[in-house]
Amino acid sequence: MTALPAHWLDKDRRRLRVRESAIGDRIYELLTAVCALVVPALVVAIAVAVFAAAWPAFAKLGLSIVTSSDWDVAGGHFGAAPALFGTLVSSAVALVIATPLAIGVAIFLSEFSPAWLRQPVGFLVDLLAAIPSVVYGLWGIFVLIPLLREHVMPFLRDTLHLGSTPFFRGPAYGPSMLAAGVILAIMALPYISAVSREVLMAVPRSQREAALALGATRWEMIRDAVIPYARSGIIGGIMLGLGRALGETMAVTMVIGNRPEISASLLAPGYTMASLIANEFSEATNDLHLSALMAVGAILFIVTLIVNAVARWLVWSVGRSRAK
Amino acid sequence: MRTARSRHLVSGAMIGLTYLAAVLATLPLLLILAHLLAKGASSLSFAFFTHMPKPVGEPGGGMANAIVGTLVLIGIASAIGLPIGIGAGLYLAEKKSSPFASSVRFLSDVLNGLPSIVIGISAWEFLVRPVGHFSALAGGVALGSMMIPLVTRTTEEMLLVVPTSLREAALALGYPRWRTSLSVVLRTALAGIVTGALVAVARIAGETAPLLFTAFGNQFWSTSVREPIAALPLQIFTYAISAYDEWHRQAWAGALVLISIVLVISLAARFATRSRFGAPVD
Repeated sequence: MTALPAHWLDKDRRRLRVRESAIGDRIYELLTAVCALVVPALVVAIAVAVFAAAWPAFAKLGLSIVTSSDWDVAGGHFGAAPALFGTLVSSAVALVIATPLAIGVAIFLSEFSPAWLRQPVGFLVDLLAAIPSVVYGLWGIFVLIPLLREHVMPFLRDTLHLGSTPFFRGPAYGPSMLAAGVILAIMALPYISAVSREVLMAVPRSQREAALALGATRWEMIRDAVIPYARSGIIGGIMLGLGRALGETMAVTMVIGNRPEISASLLAPGYTMASLIANEFSEATNDLHLSALMAVGAILFIVTLIVNAVARWLVWSVGRSRAK
Repeated sequence: MRTARSRHLVSGAMIGLTYLAAVLATLPLLLILAHLLAKGASSLSFAFFTHMPKPVGEPGGGMANAIVGTLVLIGIASAIGLPIGIGAGLYLAEKKSSPFASSVRFLSDVLNGLPSIVIGISAWEFLVRPVGHFSALAGGVALGSMMIPLVTRTTEEMLLVVPTSLREAALALGYPRWRTSLSVVLRTALAGIVTGALVAVARIAGETAPLLFTAFGNQFWSTSVREPIAALPLQIFTYAISAYDEWHRQAWAGALVLISIVLVISLAARFATRSRFGAPVD
C-alpha cells in the first residue's frame, strides 16, 4: 500500500481534531519525551557522579594513578598500573581466542550450515550471552581452573616448549591471566558472532554468485568476495566484544587471582580495574582510597565509551553503505 | 600456478575449520550446563527453597531469602526500566530522525555498553552514600538503569516494523495521535515488545556487580526496600569464593536455580515471538 501524502493527513486531522485529543496528544508527547530524556540524564548523572568522586584522587595523584604499580592503602599510594595492564591483557587474550572462533561460527551459520542445524547452533551460541557472569565465575573456579592447571598449562609450557618464552614461564597456579582470558573469550564470543553473522547475511547474493561464476572455490568466494564486503562490520563486532570484556567484573574477579603485579607470564595471577573496584570498594578505608577507586572506575568508563563508540560507528557504516 | 585440485583441498579444509569452530563454540555452553546439572542437582532439595542460610559448619540450609530478594530486585528494576524504556522507545519510533532522537539513540547505546560495575558505583554515590546504608532500592535502581537502554532499543525496533498504513488508517478514522500510538501501533508490536522486556529481565536477573555496593546482600530475611537485601547472584559469589565444601555445594545449587530462572524467562521470550532471543541486543 502506498503511503498517503502527509499533507492530506494533516488536513484531515485538522478537520477531525477535537479539543480533548489535542490535549491528549500534548500529554502523550510530553510523557514519552520525558522517558526519552531519562536516557541522556542517566548517562550524564553517571558520568558526573563518577568523575566528581574521582576528582580528588586525580588532583592529588595525577598521572601516577595509571603509571605507578604501588597500591598501598595504608601509605596513601594508589597506582593502578597492574590493574590497567591486567584489563588490557586479559581482554587481548580473550579476543585472540574468541575472534577466530566467532568468525568461524558466523561463516558456518551464514554459508555452510545445513538448514536444520542453523537454528539450534545459532541459538546455543546466543545463549552464551544469557548466562550470568557469576555462573561463569563459579564454573571457572571449579572446572576451568583445575583443567588449565592440570592439563593445559603444563601442555603449553612443557610439551610445546612455550615455557622458553616469557609468556608461559613459571609455576602454574591456576588462577591466572590465562584463566581470565579464556572465560572472557567464552563471554565475548556470542557478541562477536552475532554481529558478524548479521553483517555476513547482509552481503548480497550477487556478490557470492559473481565470485563462483568466475570459478572461485567456496572458500575463495568467502575470502575474496564476502569477507571484504563485511569487514568493517565484523571489526565492529570484535570491538563490541572487546567492550564487554574490558568491563566484565565478576567472572574475572573469581578466576584471575587478584594479585596487583605486572607479569609477562599468562600463567601468573593478575588483577583488573573492574575486579580492583569489586574487591576494595565496600572496604574503602579513607576518602582518598575511595576516590582512587572512583578514578579507576572513571578510566574504565572512558575506555569502554571509546571502544563502544568506535564499534557502533563501524557497524553503522556497514548498515549505511548497504542502504545506498 | 596452483592446481584446481589443491584449491579445492584448501577450500574443503577451511570449510571443515568452520564446522570445527561451530563445535568448539557450542561446547562451553554444553559443558557449563552439564556441570551445573551434575553438581547443582545433587545439592538441590526442597529445603533449599524454604530455608535460610546456615552458618559455616552446619549442614543444610537454603537460600530462601536470596531467591525472594532476587525477585524483589527484579520487581523494582522492572517497575523502573519497563515504563521508561517503552516510553522512550515510543518517542524514538515517532521522532525518527530529529537530532534529539539520534542523540538519545546514541546515548542508550553508551549506557548499554557501560560496565555494570560503573553503574554500581554511581548508584552507590547517589543512593547509598547520602543515606549512609545499603538498600534494596539502590540495587533495584541500578538494575533498572541497565534495563532502560535494552528495552528502549527493542521497543523502537519492534514499533518500526509496524506498517505505516496501519497508523494512517487509524489517523484517517479520526483517532487522535496518542490513541493511534497506544492502541494501534503499540498493540500490534506488543509481542515483540514483550520479548524485548523479557530478554532485558533475563539479562539483569543474574547481574552481580551492580549489587555489590547497593543491595549488598543480607544473611537474614528482609523484603524491605530500605534495607540491604539478599540476592541469588551475590550469595553464589560469596559461597563460591569461600573455603568450605558445604558452601561450594550451595553455590552450585544456587547457580542451577539462577540459570533456571534466566533460561525460563529467555525461553518465554523466544515463544512470545519466534524471532530472535537472548541475543546480544545492539
